[in-house]
Amino acid sequence: MSTETAEKAIIVKDSEALLSKRRKKLVTDPLVDDNPITIQVLGICSALAVTTQMQPTLVMALSVIFVIVMSNLTISLLRNKIPGRVRIIVQLAVVATLVTLVNEVLKAFAYDMYKELSVFVGLIITNCIVMGRLEAFALGNKPYDSILDGFGSALGYSWIILTVAFFRELWGSGSIFGIPVFDYVSGLFGEDFNLATNGLMVSPVGAFIILGLLIWIQRSKTGYVEN
Amino acid sequence: MELFSLAIRSIFIDNMVFAYFLGMCSFLAVSKKVSTALGLGAAVIFVLTITVPLNWLLNEFVLKEGALSFFGETFATIDLTFLRFIMFIAIIAAMVQLVEMVVEKFAPALYSALGIFLPLIAVNCAILGGSLFMAQRDYTLAEATVYGFGSGIGFFLAMVALAAIREKLKYSNVPNGLKGLGITMLLTGLMGIAFMSFMGIDL
Repeated sequence: MSTETAEKAIIVKDSEALLSKRRKKLVTDPLVDDNPITIQVLGICSALAVTTQMQPTLVMALSVIFVIVMSNLTISLLRNKIPGRVRIIVQLAVVATLVTLVNEVLKAFAYDMYKELSVFVGLIITNCIVMGRLEAFALGNKPYDSILDGFGSALGYSWIILTVAFFRELWGSGSIFGIPVFDYVSGLFGEDFNLATNGLMVSPVGAFIILGLLIWIQRSKTGYVEN
Repeated sequence: MELFSLAIRSIFIDNMVFAYFLGMCSFLAVSKKVSTALGLGAAVIFVLTITVPLNWLLNEFVLKEGALSFFGETFATIDLTFLRFIMFIAIIAAMVQLVEMVVEKFAPALYSALGIFLPLIAVNCAILGGSLFMAQRDYTLAEATVYGFGSGIGFFLAMVALAAIREKLKYSNVPNGLKGLGITMLLTGLMGIAFMSFMGIDL
């Protein structure tokens, strides 16, 4: 997995500005150049299943942001207390607790969403981005930096799954955030004009293909080549 | 017959990879060579077949609402389902550790083949996903065992098939931006279409 960020981390002086150049990089790097999904190939597991509609995707993205930031903070605070041999179990326990919290909140305040996401909220526990950030960054860095790092990675993850969801919902169901865009456009041009939806986009296959194309576009732009 | 139908369904129709995107991380990372894919696939079958029934027992006799009623009246209303995630993942991590130790002791050859994959499996979404689906669908113990085994086989098949394609892919001229992950995603999509042809089969 990614060890680059861990190497990059240098000892910070106490007088460093709250949002110094280095810290900004922690947040902006994972957005494009070091994106967890398209470059590091992490966290694809739970990402694709929820992306048939924008709304559950947004909830999923927010949950992941919360879990990554909080677990990075917790592990970073505990980093000198955790014995190396049991660190995986400790990390899993922290992440599982946070995910349970998210799950219970959804169950209480957004029951429909809870039903729709079903097991995929639980699967944030095994989302490789979370474990990857804990292993590669939070275990060796100060709390504030870890929060920024987690936030950056989670944002990088979020924008990718939101983009995938946008195209899948638009082409698959003809709507955006539940607003029927296709019906509206058809209405503008009269009855003979019909925009057809593509059923393949709703099925898992659509997710794979859209993500594959997205990776292609993004990597051609950044010039990243996998050997 | 019912069980057989469930097995077929979990292998082909509700395939872990193509229908639910579970275990994608290791699916993509380890599918570069057929031999390693075989190793991880076998380990997944093994661990799924053990952990799903174990988690079923845990769910049935500890976590479910009223599961603790054999302790007496006062325990009959206790509902511990909110502890599901943390208990399931604990069981999985512990089982993986145990399996690793047993295999190391009694089958060193198998251990050196599976070695590095076993610890990876603790954080494989397919394993936790199997247990969570089992709990959600209210399977019986026999069904849970068959389901665990079947999904393991499904994952194994998908992974070995992809690895075989990727080995051949080395000789083809793929555009730079599409190399590696990009082409693999497209390939998985196409394989997904192939697996979709099993949909609607009712045994």
